[in-house]
Amino acid sequence: MFSILRSIGIAFSHAFRKRVTIQYPEKKQVLAPRWRGRIVLTRDPEGEERCVGCYLCAAACPVDCISLQATEDEYGRRYPEVFTINFSRCIFCGYCEDACPTYAIQLIPDYEMSEYNRQNLVYNKEDLLISGQGKYHGYSFYQQAGVSIKGKGNGEGAQDRNPPVDIKSLMP
Amino acid sequence: MIIVGVLIVVLGIAANLIWVERRGLALWQDRIGPNRVGPFGIMQVIPDMIKIFFKEDWIPKFADKKIFVIAPAIVMIFVLLNFAVIPFAPGIMVLNLNIGVLFFLACSSLGAYSIVLAGWASNNKYSLLGSMRGAAQMISYEVFMGLSLMGVVMLTGSFNLSDIVNAQKGMWFVFPQIIGFIIFFIAGIAETHRLPFDLPEAESELVAGYHSEYSSMKFGMFFVGEYLGITLISAFTVTLFLGGWLGPAFLPPVVWFFIKTFILILFFVLLRASLPRPRYDQLLSLGWKVLLPLSLLNILVTGAIILLTQ
Repeated sequence: MFSILRSIGIAFSHAFRKRVTIQYPEKKQVLAPRWRGRIVLTRDPEGEERCVGCYLCAAACPVDCISLQATEDEYGRRYPEVFTINFSRCIFCGYCEDACPTYAIQLIPDYEMSEYNRQNLVYNKEDLLISGQGKYHGYSFYQQAGVSIKGKGNGEGAQDRNPPVDIKSLMP
Repeated sequence: MIIVGVLIVVLGIAANLIWVERRGLALWQDRIGPNRVGPFGIMQVIPDMIKIFFKEDWIPKFADKKIFVIAPAIVMIFVLLNFAVIPFAPGIMVLNLNIGVLFFLACSSLGAYSIVLAGWASNNKYSLLGSMRGAAQMISYEVFMGLSLMGVVMLTGSFNLSDIVNAQKGMWFVFPQIIGFIIFFIAGIAETHRLPFDLPEAESELVAGYHSEYSSMKFGMFFVGEYLGITLISAFTVTLFLGGWLGPAFLPPVVWFFIKTFILILFFVLLRASLPRPRYDQLLSLGWKVLLPLSLLNILVTGAIILLTQ
């Protein structure tokens, strides 16, 4: 009998504790910056898009919701001409963000993506590309690598220590 | 005139118990109940009622039609009839019966019919099992519900409910009759098959239950009938043990009655929020082996003390 009264007393004391309900939409849950929400494509510090169209995110995706087509501009810089993500399939696992070698694709803590029409959940590149650098600032793949693009020749990347050997002259 | 007033007030309380229960359960479970529809969510009852009205009211082909339809009506009829004897204030009661207590016990016994008939008419093995268990529980707890009231009747000397309230002017009966109060309250919880004695309904979560074939307004009647039962048991406990409409004069007697009833209703909701459900045989053995001897002992001791002090 005493244990029953004790249960009743404990349940009653819960009336004086703070409620755990968060009154959405007036108040929202505080999320960590690494919280896996909406997917975005970011740009590098110079303002060019980071994505090089390597297909690694599409290969890593467990539900095959990413689809892209890579192409090169006239200076040899690769970029995706088509990039779609089907958000009705996406499980927000973050594997694409882990696979990306250039910090292009990132998941940000935004979840308010409801639509009335299921077709509107298929996001194209103009819906995904943002004008900022996302979560990782200061990284530009093409400035690190030795590939030649507009404004930079072969072998002039930040990771290259020696310039490439001139194979067209006779001197060793 | 008073009849209409009592009916409206009682039905209004029972319907708003939906809101009281949801917010009360939420209060004791660290969350917030409905708070969107109207201030503090009071208007929540109206969408709930509209939802229940618009569901499809279907009678199964294999069910016994007449009894199927009558069973929920029976519970409403007898619970509402029970309210006729309760004194809300010195002049406000529908019937001033000289056998008020007996009338209450009779009506609650007849209310047990609704469970049996509902389970039978559903023509469904699991409904029948659920209703048999429910009926056994209700019948066994009715035995000492009546006996525990006898202490109060002995102290007053009459079955009339107004006399019982007036006899508590010196001291509420809960103090000399504390055992009777506890036993009657436990029996009352079992009568309305409310947690922790809600095996007829818990069967719905486990297997089926006596109201598994019911939908829309018939289910609504069982539902509101249960809330009416809670209000009834609270009101009756207040009348018999807690002094009815007696209280300091700065509030009218009716208000005291409703305050006390409301506190007991909140206690019902607190019990639902806090206690686990016992096993069925534990329930019945508690009734027959513990509470029945205790209530008989209560009558013995009360009678002895009355004889000694006369």
